Amino acid sequence: MSQEHTLDPNNLPKDPAKSTLEGKHKFLGLWFFLGGETVLFSCFFATYLALKNSTAGGPTSQDLFGLELVFIMTILLLTSSLTSVYAIYHMKNYDFKKMQLWFGITALLGLAFLGFEIYEFYHYITDYGFTFRSSAFGSAFYTLVGFHGGHVVFGLSWLIALMVRNARRGITLKNASKFNTFSLYWHFIDVVWVFIFTVVYLMGMVS
Amino acid sequence: MSIASTQQKGFWAILWDYLTTVDHKKLGNMYIAAGAFFFVLGGIEALVIRIQLAKPENDFISAGLYNEMITMHGTTMIFFAAMPILIGFMNAIMPLQIGARDVAFPFLNSLGFWLFLFGGIMLNLSWFLGGAPDAGWTAYAPLSIQSPGHGMDFYILGLQLSGAGTLMGGINFLVTIVTMRAPGMTYMRMPLFTWTTFVASILILFAFPALTVGLFLLMFDRLFGSAFFDVALGGNSVIWQHLFWIFGHPEVYILILPAFGIFSEIIPVFSRKRLFGYTSMVFATFLIAFLGFMVWAHHMFAVGLGPTANAIFAVGTMAIAVPTGIKIFNWLATLWGGSITINSAMLWSLGFIPSFTIGGMTGVMLGATTADYQYHDTYFVIAHFHYVIVGGVVFGILAGLHYWWPKLFGKVLNEAMGKIAFWFFFIGFHLTFFIQHFLGLMGMPRRYWVFLEGQGLDTGNMISTVGAFLMGIGSLVFIINVVYTTVKGEKAGNDPWGDGRSLEWSISSPPKEYNFKQLPLVRGLDPYWIEKMEGNKKMTPAQPVNDIHMPNGSILPLIMTIGFFIASFGFIYQVDNNLWLIALFGGMAIALGSMLARSLVDDYGYHIHKEDLEKEVD
Ligand code: HEM
Ligand SMILES: [Cu+2]
Repeated sequence: MSQEHTLDPNNLPKDPAKSTLEGKHKFLGLWFFLGGETVLFSCFFATYLALKNSTAGGPTSQDLFGLELVFIMTILLLTSSLTSVYAIYHMKNYDFKKMQLWFGITALLGLAFLGFEIYEFYHYITDYGFTFRSSAFGSAFYTLVGFHGGHVVFGLSWLIALMVRNARRGITLKNASKFNTFSLYWHFIDVVWVFIFTVVYLMGMVS
Repeated sequence: MSIASTQQKGFWAILWDYLTTVDHKKLGNMYIAAGAFFFVLGGIEALVIRIQLAKPENDFISAGLYNEMITMHGTTMIFFAAMPILIGFMNAIMPLQIGARDVAFPFLNSLGFWLFLFGGIMLNLSWFLGGAPDAGWTAYAPLSIQSPGHGMDFYILGLQLSGAGTLMGGINFLVTIVTMRAPGMTYMRMPLFTWTTFVASILILFAFPALTVGLFLLMFDRLFGSAFFDVALGGNSVIWQHLFWIFGHPEVYILILPAFGIFSEIIPVFSRKRLFGYTSMVFATFLIAFLGFMVWAHHMFAVGLGPTANAIFAVGTMAIAVPTGIKIFNWLATLWGGSITINSAMLWSLGFIPSFTIGGMTGVMLGATTADYQYHDTYFVIAHFHYVIVGGVVFGILAGLHYWWPKLFGKVLNEAMGKIAFWFFFIGFHLTFFIQHFLGLMGMPRRYWVFLEGQGLDTGNMISTVGAFLMGIGSLVFIINVVYTTVKGEKAGNDPWGDGRSLEWSISSPPKEYNFKQLPLVRGLDPYWIEKMEGNKKMTPAQPVNDIHMPNGSILPLIMTIGFFIASFGFIYQVDNNLWLIALFGGMAIALGSMLARSLVDDYGYHIHKEDLEKEVD
């Protein structure tokens, strides 16, 4: 039954990502996984909220955060979510080139986001002496935002590996589900960022 | 086929087979075997604790070693004995019960097993590498931060590894149950063990990440100098308690729900009656799971969260007794008027009902906040949770072992020895723990190395120690039984109890690697029973004989795990010497490299062909 995995141009399944049993499993499995990830981030958020005023005499959130930078970062990441939607749209139409193009843009936006984040951390550390070890607030901040950043790194590596591996193969029923699960994961990272933007930065500016 | 060909294989071929297997039945057996090994370790630690407490001011072991013993006993029993054995049952039995040929993610399944095993090895290596963890299985900060040496680091990384494995297992079971049920196997026709696997998996999915986060925070504080629990830098140690118990209370239901499922399978079979109140059993399972997430602060009544919080959590806690009570009455009603066979599996089930009920009752007592100020951190709590965990979970495991042994290994465990083991263990259990209620009420605190003479605690402690040894003898008899049965036991047929109700009894013991030659057509609750009542010997097939797709074995899960294992040592020892960063990055490279290899190399599995299948008798 290996023909299951190669495509018959006259009989294309409507959604290549979910047309095999394996694809369905991956799709559902990733949703469950994101359920667990939600708890994971909720716990980091809760820890952050409990410790955000524990600055131990060091810089406070008002001293540190500037909205311009995080605003740009938010735009970058939100846009990358949108471009991955386009990529999946083209995948469902079996337009491999356009899918790769939009995923490529997604990856670039993600990389730009990471660049800004690294700059942000660098800025806090060198200009304010605000580190992971300087206060409980510092530990909680870098852990929450850093875990999100780590997810971005993982997502980008995953995406790039998929794109390179399949560059010459086009869309198959096997890789369609992989691209699709990636995009779900990417949206999730985006949603988490929206919460970080609100809870960490916006609320950190006002309180 | 699989059995015949393994018998001809040499030792190395068999070893390779087990190292690379993705077969849910083999993995299930491996979980059970490894869990049993850790159970013996934890049992020895328990006996050492009881010897130390046998008489006042004993100095059998030092105070420091005592702390290591209690920590390792609790951690080992919960994470590396009880959970893995239950997950072993879920693996080995659940797919058979829903009429599936495998689980949804066979590769992940094997990865989960190896992560658990190496997590357990990691934790226990601490004995040889400068001392075991000693801050209690609950690892309360700041004690766990202050604890010198690397013991607590082994606790953190060992649990982190095995926790990741457990999470994978949970997701795997959920997807399997949602997508791979045989034709006609609707949700409300699923056997109760499958239901409890499903609900326990939901609990795993939502509870374990809290532990993951807690362990990360501990690890960062201990190994990377962060300040989560360092009060001088604004840290707050109560955060750990919250995270631990947000995980910890659901964890006790992750343990007990599958055990409930096992009893709900055994009691109907040996009462020759359908399970009383099936629907309410399913409902109660969900309700327990839901409430289980709302009550974590009952472990923190004495922290000082304030009367309002305490009151809310007290009410939630007591509410759990209601669905639990529903279950107890359903089991009793199933027994009522049934034609009952009392064998070892049934003895453990019957012993469970009163034992667990006592534990639930003391639970409600503990849930009364004001009273808990007296009970908290005394032997009363020890008695409570051993009544529910031993009287519930361990009895469930032993019942399940007797019940499913023929299905797993093709041989029926010896009945006489089974009964001897039960009586030793059962009597020993009540001797050990019943008296501890009173020791607790008399003020004996938990986790103390010695107690003083002349405070009325001497006799009680002696009785408790004697009981512990009786439990040890019971366990030993069980182990002898396993060896005896493996060597001499009689071969079991498909349905050795004669009254099997669910699908696993309709196929050979042990099942073929593909489980079902043809997927069965399920026509109701207790599908195999239905067919037997209509005079059929076999399930009606839902499809013609066809090629069967099977997943390929793989060594990658093991390599990936070894990568994480090496990296864990890097994490621990980089505080002493920067050179260990090589192990950290090297290990991570191995793990991520094998992940990449898995992602990039397409694995299409293989097929067992129709012609070969037709040759097989079932
Ligand atoms: C009716 C159901 C139950 C109620 C109301 C209940 C209530 C409680 C309460 C209030 C405590 C905290 C006591 C204290 O530390 O002062 C406690 C401790 C504990 N319970 Fe339960 N419980 C119930 C069932 C269970 C079950 C089914 C299990 C396990 C299978 C379990 C395992 C434990 C454990 C392990 C602890 C002690 C943890 C520790 O401090 O090390 N309980 N229970
Ligand atoms: Cu609890």
